[in-house]
Amino acid sequence: MTQLALVIDLNVCVGCHACVTSCKEWNTSGWAGPMVDENPYDASPTGTFFNRVQTFEVGTFPNTETVHFPKSCLHCEEPPCVPVCPTGASHKRPDNGIVLVDYDKCIGCKYCAWACPYGARELDEQQKVMKKCTLCIDRITDATLSDRDRQPACVLACPTSARLYGDVHDPDSEVSVAIRERGGYQLMPEWGTKPANHYLPRQKIRMHISADELTRVDNPLRKEDLTTYTGEETLDDLAW
Amino acid sequence: MHPAFSVIFLTTLLGAGQGLFLAIYTGQLYALARFLPRQDDQFYAVGSLVALVLLVVGLGASFFHLGRPERAWRAAAMWRTSWLSREVIILPILMALVLAYGIAHWMEWTQPWFPIGEALDVDATLILGLLGTIAAFALFVSTAMIYASVKFLEEWHSPFTVANFTLLGLASGFMLAAAYSAYIGNPLVPFFGTWAVFWTLAALISRAAHLMRNARLQHKSSAQTAIGIRHTAVVQQAQGATGGSFNTREFFHGRNEATVRFARNLFLTLVFPVPIMLIVAAYLIASPTLPILAFAIQYLGLLAERWYFFAEAKHPQNLYYQRVA
Repeated sequence: MTQLALVIDLNVCVGCHACVTSCKEWNTSGWAGPMVDENPYDASPTGTFFNRVQTFEVGTFPNTETVHFPKSCLHCEEPPCVPVCPTGASHKRPDNGIVLVDYDKCIGCKYCAWACPYGARELDEQQKVMKKCTLCIDRITDATLSDRDRQPACVLACPTSARLYGDVHDPDSEVSVAIRERGGYQLMPEWGTKPANHYLPRQKIRMHISADELTRVDNPLRKEDLTTYTGEETLDDLAW
Repeated sequence: MHPAFSVIFLTTLLGAGQGLFLAIYTGQLYALARFLPRQDDQFYAVGSLVALVLLVVGLGASFFHLGRPERAWRAAAMWRTSWLSREVIILPILMALVLAYGIAHWMEWTQPWFPIGEALDVDATLILGLLGTIAAFALFVSTAMIYASVKFLEEWHSPFTVANFTLLGLASGFMLAAAYSAYIGNPLVPFFGTWAVFWTLAALISRAAHLMRNARLQHKSSAQTAIGIRHTAVVQQAQGATGGSFNTREFFHGRNEATVRFARNLFLTLVFPVPIMLIVAAYLIASPTLPILAFAIQYLGLLAERWYFFAEAKHPQNLYYQRVA
């Protein structure tokens, strides 16, 4: 079974919000109709977004780090939002594992939003239906697009390639390799929702070498070897 | 969570309606066993009409919660997995049974169908009342399970939620039955009043236990598990929106701690001690108005109780929406 998902590399995300604006631009002009923007140029602008970049500060001054954290629907493998939906509008596609809302069936009861621990669902205040990331289902299933373009808008927009996209059930896909080899992790694993989206942790460019790795007692290449040899066996005397 | 008045009225009105119907039917069963004087059929018919009105008004309130009320009929589809869907199915069934029960009494369709043993003659009202009782309890369970089944809202994810919805519904329903009896001046006030006090005390035990459980609750999620970074100090600086979003409107009550505490103390006063004292006083001085006052005060208290129920619940998604900046 295919499970399409995003892998987000926190190591290179710079928090530029290009994925947010690209997502909004593509999806607000798409087949599912506009995503509302209220007071866009006034004091408290608010609207529906599928994807948001949040910022967290880790540590206390002066030892702090700024972590930019893009957040969208994680397309859980055990999506808790789907069984609670009374109309069946909220569903998980069997062919590619994407969790979607049928905007023509949704009654706007908000129960699915209560049942999502990640706050990934947002009610559209004009259309009065629940909306969420579709992984750009209309792009990635559009066979007329070139392979390069058949990716979510946010992935194409990311200037630092912090967003990887692919099938996390295929062990050889780019995303699976990244999760496996670079410590990819899931959000709030305590709830057992098995999010398909993963995050790659921040890594420091730093070697981990302990002292005895630098000075070996019988290192034959040591120039500063001050030992006085009096005929005892050394490494060079070993017969192979 | 943001307490939506549509849902507050829905749950409290349904609870009182179900409770009233159960009270009326309990009265009929007691009369059947000759523990109480038998009332004329009009008493049961008007009582179930009042219960039906409460159910209909409650259902009407629920439509204000929906973004697309014209599509509400679709909500019956997923009854295999969704408690909300189950409630949507059981509520009209209960309404139909309450209506049929009321009509059967109004039309005096009380000719016995068949006897059980020597003393019990089964008629239409007895069967409809029994079916209505089953539906009323099924509705209590499905309404409460809508909240209790969401594991992310740990304050709600407890059998206490089901117990509270049921017991508080029964308390307000029997209180309303006492008020109804007092209003028309029949001698059932002490009967319904005693039951109302019993259910109110039972609800007090359950609700107090729920409050104590929630006071000691340790939430599973933290800012660390939310973004997956292992550090003791993780503080949000920006949530990706300057003017708030659906996430800040739906999941925060926006009141200060003092208001929430006030709501809790208000409902602990108005739902439990005040109506009990009024019912006892009504019994002592045989007052025809105090039971009505007792129900009105308890219902106001229940509105505060439901408001607090929502305000108390902390959703894990709030960890992502700590700061606007």
